[in-house]
Parts: sequence; C-alpha cells; structure tokens
Amino acid sequence: MSVDAQTVRRIAHLARIAVAEEEIEPLQRELNAILAFVEQLSQVSVEGIEPMTSVIPMQMKKREDNVTEGDMADDIVKNAPATEDHFFLVPKVVE
Amino acid sequence: MQSDALTSLTLAQARDNLRRKEFSATELVEAHLSAMDKARVLNAYVLETPDRARDMAREADARLRRGAARALEGLALGVKDMFATKDVRTTACSRILENFVPTYESAVTTKLWRDGAVMLGKLNNDEFAMGSSNESSYFGPAISPWRRRGSNTPLIPGGSSGGSAAAVAAGLCLGATGTDTGGSIRQPAAMTGTVGIKPTYGRCSRWGIVAFASSLDQAGPLARSVRDAAILLGSMAGHDPMDTTSVDVPVPNYEAAVGKSIKGRKIGIPKEYRVEGMAPEIERLWGQGMRWLEGAGAQAVEVSLPHTRHALPAYYIVAPAEASSNLARYDGVRYGLRASSSDITDMYESTRAQGFGKEVRRRIMIGTYVLSAGYYEAYYLRAQKVRTLVKRDFENVFANGVDAVLAPATPTAAFGVGEKSSDDPIEMYLNDVFTVTVNLAGLPAISVPAGLSEEGLPLGLQLIGRPFDEETLFSLAEVIEQAAGRFSPERWW
Repeated sequence: MSVDAQTVRRIAHLARIAVAEEEIEPLQRELNAILAFVEQLSQVSVEGIEPMTSVIPMQMKKREDNVTEGDMADDIVKNAPATEDHFFLVPKVVE
Repeated sequence: MQSDALTSLTLAQARDNLRRKEFSATELVEAHLSAMDKARVLNAYVLETPDRARDMAREADARLRRGAARALEGLALGVKDMFATKDVRTTACSRILENFVPTYESAVTTKLWRDGAVMLGKLNNDEFAMGSSNESSYFGPAISPWRRRGSNTPLIPGGSSGGSAAAVAAGLCLGATGTDTGGSIRQPAAMTGTVGIKPTYGRCSRWGIVAFASSLDQAGPLARSVRDAAILLGSMAGHDPMDTTSVDVPVPNYEAAVGKSIKGRKIGIPKEYRVEGMAPEIERLWGQGMRWLEGAGAQAVEVSLPHTRHALPAYYIVAPAEASSNLARYDGVRYGLRASSSDITDMYESTRAQGFGKEVRRRIMIGTYVLSAGYYEAYYLRAQKVRTLVKRDFENVFANGVDAVLAPATPTAAFGVGEKSSDDPIEMYLNDVFTVTVNLAGLPAISVPAGLSEEGLPLGLQLIGRPFDEETLFSLAEVIEQAAGRFSPERWW
C-alpha cells in the first residue's frame, strides 16, 4: 500500500499537524518508504494468532473508588499557555 | 583525591569511599560539576542543576556523618530529560515542552532521591526518545566522548539515551537514568562502552516518564560497570500503584547477583541474529563473548527465534501507533507550546507543526495512518499478532532450558554526526534490529561492553533473559566484563 498526496494531507489533518504544500512531496516519499518497509509483515502467517494485548500476563488491577487527590487547581493550570480563574482558555469554538 | 580521580570512580567505589569518609559528597559533586563545565562541547546535559546538587550533597554529608547513609547516599547522577522532575524543567528534548516545569516527580527519580542520590541535571535525548543517534533533539545532538582512532570526526553517542551514555562514558555523572522503547538504553550503552539494562516490562514504574509507546517503554540505568547498573536498578525498580502495568513482585538484591557463578547456565545463540552483511568484527566479538561465558562454565546451544526478522517492521507499526495516541495530548491548551490563532483547529495544527520536530511529526503521521479506518487490521492488528509470535519464539527457547540469549547489541559501532541522512528513515531504524525484539516481548536485556572495533570504538554484547530474571543477566554480564575489561575514551574535550 502507498499513500498519495491527498492521503498525506488527510493524515496530517487527522493528526492535527499543519503541513505546508512544499512538504507534501517529501513527506509522501518518506511515509511510503516506511510503509514499504513494514509491508513485509503481509508475508507472515498470522492465522489463528491472538494479537498481543498485554506483554506481561497479569490480572487487571483494581482499587477502591476513593478520591485520593485533589485541591491542586493551581498545579494543574501552572504550565498552561493561557488561563483565567483556573480555566484553560482556547480560541472561540462556538459561534 | 584529585577531581579527575573522583569522576572516574565507579558508582560502587564512590559509595564505599564516601562511607569510609575518604571524601565528602560535596567534594564528589563539585568534581562532577567542574567536569560538566569542561565538557559542554559534548552537549550531554540540556539543563544543569548545580544548586539542587549542592543542597542534596549537603544533606547526604550530614547523613554520612551521623552514620545514617542510605543505599545511594551522595552519589551524583544525571537524569534523562524524559523523567519529570519537580520544579526542574522537563522537555523530552522537544520544542513543544521547551518551558514545561512539572509540579510532580517521576516514580523512578523519587526512588533515587529517597535512597540519597544527588541530581546533577537533565540529560539530552532524541526528541520524545524517537531516534537512535540523539540527533533529533531540539537542543542539538549529544556528542560521543569517543572518536575513531586518528580522527576528529564527531560521533553520535547512540540514542535515544545519548546524553545519558555520553555523560556516563565521559565521567560527567556516576550513573544515569535512561528509557528504552526499542533499544534506547542498550544501543547507546554499546556505542559508548557503558553498561545499560532494560529491565522486564513492568519492573520500573512508568509514572512521570514522558510517554512514547506505553506498551514498550521501560526505564533502566546506564552505568560504568555491571555492578553499578545492578545497584541503580535495585533502587529504580519496584511496584507503583500509580502505574497499572507496574508488576507487584519483590525487588531482589541485584548487586548480590554480580559475581555469582554461572556454571551450568545454558546460553542460547540465535541463528537468526547472524544477519546478512553483519560486520566481521561484530561476528568475532559475538563468538568471543560466548567463549568467555563457556570459560566460566556456561554451555552454548544454538537456538532459533524464527520471527526475528519481522520484529523491526512490527515495531515500526506498534511504536508510532502508540506514539500518535500518546502525543495527542500536546494540543497547546493544557501545557506546552501554543501557536497563536483565532481558530481552534488552526491553533492545534500550527502548535503541533511548530512544536514537534521532523522525526516526531513523521512517526505521528505513520501512527495515525496505521490506526485509521480501513487500515487498522492490515497494519496494527497484524503487527500485534506478529508481536505474539516474536514473544512465543522466546518462550519456546526458555522452555527448553535456556537461561539467557546472547546476541550483538548493535549492527555497527557508532557513526558520525550527520552521516545517516534523515531523508531515509529506514537507514536509521535498522540500528534497532537487535534490540526491538526484546521490547516487543517485554523481556529484560543488558548491554555490556565487550571490545573495540578496528577503528577503536566500543562494541557491546547483549544478553536477553527470562521475565524478571535480571539477576542472571547481571551474573553473566559480569563474566564478560571481567574478561573484556572496561573501556574509557581518551579525553579530547
């Protein structure tokens, strides 16, 4: 499988990464090189093989549903680029 | 003791000397700060924390004086910039986190400070640990303290834990933390003549480590001797309720495994690792390593890991897929860089275009593609099935009584900065051919220096063990270390 310029634009948008027009061609080439490389997996027989979901077999851990942390709004917004009264500010999203 | 002598001690020697009061933790820290000052050309540290180091050393000296020394009291360490350190800038060497100052401390570094270690600063790495040469760092490449015989060409220290490896090899810390997603501890260790271990998945908590590929990421130490690596892992390992994949099994005394007899141990030599075009010097080293182990009473058996050649392509689906998901959090809203725009989608897209470097953008896009509707089964699901097969290969070998597998750590010695073009990603990815299998299977593996290349550069061997049997790896690696000796670069900086 290989990607065309239109697919590169679509992936970039899905990944929310702006790509300039002149970057499309080199990106397309690089992505196709990677896809050609991973293509060899199509030769492996995976008939009846379960996909790995956990590399070390273990029971999912459970804990009591208690509040263990809180009252740290200052910490949470400390590294935010734009805040007001413990809220994150973003460009207007609703008209 | 001279300053140079203090920075060339092993961590174990420094520990024992501190306890005998041969010198103080403050003297040890000052010697390292002065060495760091002279070694800026290596670009190993992206942030030095001398004030914090001096405070921690003062506290260590007080404890040493009253005979209350903890396991790592006063030992000066560097921390890969993938570990969140409270009130100390943590960037993953990415522009997108250029000004990020965590309000919390990673689980692994918390354990190191709990045991009395001293932080010298934050170490360079490939951006978000995505790379094999440290060249994708936003802060520029770390430079290896090693050079080819008779050459001034700057060499890469390997990656992604390149700053850690360069600093340990150059005597800019007694040991360092690293993270290993596809070889990022073992490959730089091999390329700088240092020891690095990636423990079993779940052995160290991932809490507070900048996430790259969560099912593959593991923390581990880089150090100048096998014993040092064992001491550091003993402190870093352990269960953490904050990481649901952290495994609740007791941490053995790893240091006690160093020097244990390896008589009767069965060592697997996987024929599939004898890849086409393998450098003759790597092949020789591999054979030599086996003879050393046999000389100490181990027994060699040829084994087969038939899915080895599929590991690298599977890795380059699984790792980018998980990365694309993990890195979705960098949206310019909650932390990190933000590009200004009046439109939110445009803000996201510009922020991420400006904040991520080339390799990171490429991997996010590959990950996005392989997870996208219509391709998920062909790529991601298939890769996860191949991963099951890779793991099963190892399980079969271990079920036949093999205690550890011996293989080269890297296909070549270190290369020059800029020698591998960034336009052909595959050329760089091939560096990980011997290391990624271990991450896919979640196994522990140690890289130990075993010799020098014809050009005078360090080469390493890798020992791969059963899950949670790091002890056997330390015992075996020490036999190789004893036979091969230790390797230090000649100072040119």
